[in-house]
Amino acid sequence: MSQVPAPDHRELRARYPQVFDRPASARLATPLVLLLAVGIFAFGLVDLEFSPARLLAGLHQLGWISLMMVPPDPGPSLPIYLKALGETLSIALLGTTLAAVLALPVSLLAARNIVPSSLLRFPVRRMFDSIRGVDTLIWALVWINVVGLGPFAGVLAIAVSDFGSFGKLFSEAIEGADKKQVEGIRASGGNALHEIRFGLMPQVLPVIAGQVLYFIESNTRSATIIGIVGAGGIGLQLAEQIRVLEWQKVSFLILMILVAVAAIDWISGKLRSAIIGQRAVA
Amino acid sequence: MTSAVSILPGPQLAALNAAYRRAVARKRLNVMLGGAVFCVALVIAGIGAEVNVRTLFTYFGNFVSYFDRIFTLDTGARVWTDSGEWLWGWQKWLRMLGETILISYVGTLIGAVLAFGANFFAADNTSPAPWLRFVVRRLLEFARTVPGIVFALIFVIAFGLGPMAGVLAIAIHSTGALGKQFSELVENADMKPVEGVRSTGASWLSCMRFAVLPQVAAGYAGYALLRFEINVREASVMGFVGAGGIGQELVVAIRKFYYSDVSAILLMIIITVFCIDIGTGWVRARLFGKDARI
Repeated sequence: MSQVPAPDHRELRARYPQVFDRPASARLATPLVLLLAVGIFAFGLVDLEFSPARLLAGLHQLGWISLMMVPPDPGPSLPIYLKALGETLSIALLGTTLAAVLALPVSLLAARNIVPSSLLRFPVRRMFDSIRGVDTLIWALVWINVVGLGPFAGVLAIAVSDFGSFGKLFSEAIEGADKKQVEGIRASGGNALHEIRFGLMPQVLPVIAGQVLYFIESNTRSATIIGIVGAGGIGLQLAEQIRVLEWQKVSFLILMILVAVAAIDWISGKLRSAIIGQRAVA
Repeated sequence: MTSAVSILPGPQLAALNAAYRRAVARKRLNVMLGGAVFCVALVIAGIGAEVNVRTLFTYFGNFVSYFDRIFTLDTGARVWTDSGEWLWGWQKWLRMLGETILISYVGTLIGAVLAFGANFFAADNTSPAPWLRFVVRRLLEFARTVPGIVFALIFVIAFGLGPMAGVLAIAIHSTGALGKQFSELVENADMKPVEGVRSTGASWLSCMRFAVLPQVAAGYAGYALLRFEINVREASVMGFVGAGGIGQELVVAIRKFYYSDVSAILLMIIITVFCIDIGTGWVRARLFGKDARI
């Protein structure tokens, strides 16, 4: 039986100083960061008026609310809710489509391989960033001031806030496209528009289609909430029923939202794989 | 020199050409059918959402002039000519913005801790029992799918008005989102270290602690930072339903048509979001190295 020689600690220490003798700053960094994180957390709890009494009372209340939510029951207003759900889905579909149509040409301006001048690119990118920095709900409030209460304001709110996200995503997709095909078009005498149409778009469109589908999915979620500020859809009903404490209707509405989101997820998953499958073949 | 490309005899070529044209035609038909279905869906959606193009054209001027108005002071001057008057409430707004960031910080941290507790049960490769995985996954899905602001609406009634409702709403939503992302990280982790640890007779808990956690900890931190960034945006609207933060001021300004206040608050929100984005980006770069992306 072979005997492993006992390790020589002194030699090991000398050979691997970064393991045995880490500088104090490196050893202290992790605990310090943790301490800081916990400290801010504790400060936050105090500053935001957390107290065990309030928490317990609230949980008690929440327990009651959950009990009153069963069984979910729409009462006589089921047709209204179904219509509101349809409205929500319409808002998501139209808003996303509008955003994609508007963002595609503008995103070309923000892509490095289309517009080499950073002087021109910079303001476009900052515009996308600013639009994305403002939440959909805020856009909904703004559009309500402009076109009045109702789902149309919701469509425009989703369109504007997605315009920012799409602009960024599309321009990244365009920057990631292969340059060789564009060069091929140029070599055979195509002009700049031909390069975009025949060199770039065939590569970029499947990616963009996937992203648009994904956004329709996530916008179904956003569209359910913009009703809370009055921009139509099922959120309007939900906020109303919560305010008048009709908990059975609330739980029914939440269930409707969950089912609708799951259905859209499933459909867009199928469509996405169909599109990606096409790209793999082509 | 003859060309290397051999040309097939006529009849053979014609057959191949016909097959190619059929394939192209079929593809084109598919695309056109898809497009037609999509257009019909759009028209139905347009009717459902009461889209009125005339309204849009009539009122589009309003949209432009709205931005004109929010950049005009009551005196009629442009806002940037008198920044003292424009940002008159900056101390109050900064305090509210601080509260917003704090709401999203506390909410994200609670959510991350809860998600950390749940994710090993939700991942395929580490869950101790299938029924447990099923239950935890459905719970996370529920927390993720119900929008944060709906939780906030309910919590405002249960816990009373104030930032606490916002924090809890953000915490629950983050638990759902982070729980899924964390468990996906665990599913992608290398299982060999787990086998190594288990072969020494370690318990399930030790396996998670010494074999899985070291592989995924950095990923956890990255996702939590990303979620924090998203939550700052989310927290900025929690005030709309009375759950604390800058949203309260903003909704009052918009509803009561205090035009220049709207632009001032929006500007401060956008700058804050920028700073948070850059800050978390910097921390992420420190964690993962310069060009790593998750």
